[in-house]
Amino acid sequence: MEAVNEQKNVARGIDIESMHRGPKVNFADETICLETKDFNLFYGDKQALHNITMQIPKNRVTAFIGPSGCGKSTLLRCFNRMNDLIDTVKMQGDLLLDSGEINAPSVNVADLRRRVGMVFQKPNPFPKSIYENVAYGLRLQGVNDRSTLDKVVESSLKGAALWDEVKDRLHESAMGMSGGQQQRLVIARAIAIEPEVLLLDEPASALDPLSTLKIEELIYELKEKYTIVIVTHNMQQAARVSDYTAFMYMGELIEFGATDELFTNPAKKQTEDYITGRYG
Amino acid sequence: MSQSSSIKTWFQSGSPWVWLNAGAVSISLVMVIGLLLLIAVRGLSHFWPADIAEMSYQEPGQQAEILIGEKVDHEQVSAARLARSGIELPEGQDFAQRTLMKVGNRDYYGLDFRWIYDPWIQNVTYPDGIMAIERREWGHFYGYLVSVKEQGNIVAQGEGAWDAFQSRLDRSNAFYRQIKDLEKNEIGKINHGLEELRLDERRLELDNVAKGSLPYQEIEEERQQYNDRYAKLREELDGLYQALNRDQIMVRMADGREVEIPMAKIVQAYKPNGMGVTEKMGQYFFHVWEFVSGEPREANTEGGIFPAIFGTVLMVLIMSVMVTPFGVIAAVYLKEYAKQGPVVRLIRIAVNNLAGVPSIVYGVFGLGFFVYFVGGSIDEVFFQAKLPAPTFGSPGLLWASLTLAILTVPVVIVATEEGLSRIPRAIREGSLALGATKAETLWRTVLPMAAPAMMTGLILAVARAAGEVAPLMMVGVVKLAPALAVDNIAPYLHLDRQFMHLGFHIYDVGFQSPNVEAARPLVYATAFLLVLIIIVLNLAAIGIRNRLRETYKATES
Repeated sequence: MEAVNEQKNVARGIDIESMHRGPKVNFADETICLETKDFNLFYGDKQALHNITMQIPKNRVTAFIGPSGCGKSTLLRCFNRMNDLIDTVKMQGDLLLDSGEINAPSVNVADLRRRVGMVFQKPNPFPKSIYENVAYGLRLQGVNDRSTLDKVVESSLKGAALWDEVKDRLHESAMGMSGGQQQRLVIARAIAIEPEVLLLDEPASALDPLSTLKIEELIYELKEKYTIVIVTHNMQQAARVSDYTAFMYMGELIEFGATDELFTNPAKKQTEDYITGRYG
Repeated sequence: MSQSSSIKTWFQSGSPWVWLNAGAVSISLVMVIGLLLLIAVRGLSHFWPADIAEMSYQEPGQQAEILIGEKVDHEQVSAARLARSGIELPEGQDFAQRTLMKVGNRDYYGLDFRWIYDPWIQNVTYPDGIMAIERREWGHFYGYLVSVKEQGNIVAQGEGAWDAFQSRLDRSNAFYRQIKDLEKNEIGKINHGLEELRLDERRLELDNVAKGSLPYQEIEEERQQYNDRYAKLREELDGLYQALNRDQIMVRMADGREVEIPMAKIVQAYKPNGMGVTEKMGQYFFHVWEFVSGEPREANTEGGIFPAIFGTVLMVLIMSVMVTPFGVIAAVYLKEYAKQGPVVRLIRIAVNNLAGVPSIVYGVFGLGFFVYFVGGSIDEVFFQAKLPAPTFGSPGLLWASLTLAILTVPVVIVATEEGLSRIPRAIREGSLALGATKAETLWRTVLPMAAPAMMTGLILAVARAAGEVAPLMMVGVVKLAPALAVDNIAPYLHLDRQFMHLGFHIYDVGFQSPNVEAARPLVYATAFLLVLIIIVLNLAAIGIRNRLRETYKATES
């Protein structure tokens, strides 16, 4: 069985042992950051998420994988209530951040989003200067002190591994940067307000391989400080960057587990079929 | 290959469409350029100092006469038409050429334009000595300078007369400017002060303050001060008028009569026949400048059109200031906040249809609502002392601007909505994900990015408003405004004043003028200027929009 698995994975180009970096993880030792309990979501009459129950550990990278339309982005967007923008969405069940209900009426959405940052599929810098992009979140909070802003902009850009490339043109428009730089700028913008959680919605899917590599390295460094949830279509990417992986299919959570475990020894047939490329 | 199949391939290739499109575009271009050229040539040639001809002219059976004047127009008329006006051509001649001469001297000849028939013209010469005098009244004068007089005594004649005339003309023009300045500013201020005192007094009356009490005495004292100042000014003005009226010139007309023209009535004199091209260019630009910067004279057929330019531009600017925020706020509500449904759809249809309402209807609305209702109410509440004379309850700049703002607001709303819907969702989500509220996202990111679209709306609004005349006739435009809407008396910008407008000026000069021939070139020149101003206003707005576009270039998808 072991040998067969190995063969499959090699055929698929995933050599999880050599790819995965960092220490082995043990779910029992983790602090839980995000949690869903029997979570259901409807777009109008159509149910998009079915009874999702999942615990996402703190300071780890958790990847959501699954075929298109399986609900992984929808679930991700629930964690900072981006789905509020869609009128027809209805939700049931619990959605907890540090044991606090995310959808509770008392929660201030803007505060929640400050704690749970998000990076989207396509780089979406504002048509402002690089500096102003990074300072945007702070200015929203009323921070206008020049020296504070300077400090945060520098540390955020350094945190996003972008400082050396842009330090001489901080006041030029962000629209002149390459796609990969823009995406790292967006990450810098997100970490400038020091969130607890960083949601990444296919952050590298619009980028070239080299930029993708840089983003992945960045994710690896960022998990020191942030809990990261990443949605990706790219199985190798999930294998490379994540500690835990959730496989979703047709709005249901099929399997959740440590990444090396899930990739080398999936418990469910559907998971195995998916990661070996039998569908999706 | 048969012919029908080759035609078929030609149709299939799409060439007929390309030709059709190209044809349509070229026709439009030719029409636009033709129109501009026509008004430019007709309008601008008016300012050229044309040579002045002297000729003898003898109609059959009449005495020969000497004519002096500018050739303005030339045409061919049929014998039948001439016969109807009582002029017989020789047998066998079907057509005659005739020339329109500007002979000037309206105060002596009655008419300053005259058609003369070419066959009866003899001895055309262009003597250097003929001069054209631009006068403050009665239009141009053509003739020879005889002598220059001071207090009725001849001080120069013959050779030296022209130079003496020019230097004394400069002097009298300087006095004239000084007088105008005094009358407009100083005396204007006194009149304004006296009017304020009258209103104060009326207010006291309305408040039932006893006559002869302290406030009345204070007013009386102040009035005395104003009157003293006025008397002093009057003295000064009398002195200036005396100085202005010191000189006269004697001139000889074509028919040999010698007449006197007071120096005070002369704007400028020149001798075009002796001028080189450079001098004529100088004269030309002097005329153009006079036209652009001067005030109208002689029922708008002479002088400049500065008040109309000023009124047009000011009205468009005030309209822009009012229509932009109003339209943008409405569009933001419709697009971002209102619950999309049948009601919003209905509102949107209504807004779009508003753009199609004939503009005169807006004029009627403006008069009924703004002038009589709003303006009347404002007068009742704030300007009671001035009643029954209206302040805001009569047509004026503010109401005209507001009426045009309502006329153009649909354009701004539609353009802004368009711009808002073009902002990528990703940008909004990016801002929201950083903890911005919807309002903060709108204010900090979406609206600046939609600014170019708003400017597009404003450009369309300005283009429409600047050319609109019909509604303005009801809500504030007049043939001749006594004062500009901006002056040096507080509050400096007088929104209640009536104003002049280029579009209305064209209508007035073209159709209401007593002197058709003199007015015609001015119609063209004014039309050309109006087009030019609209182009300038638009270019300015387009320039701003392009800068905004450069700054807020949206994420390319």
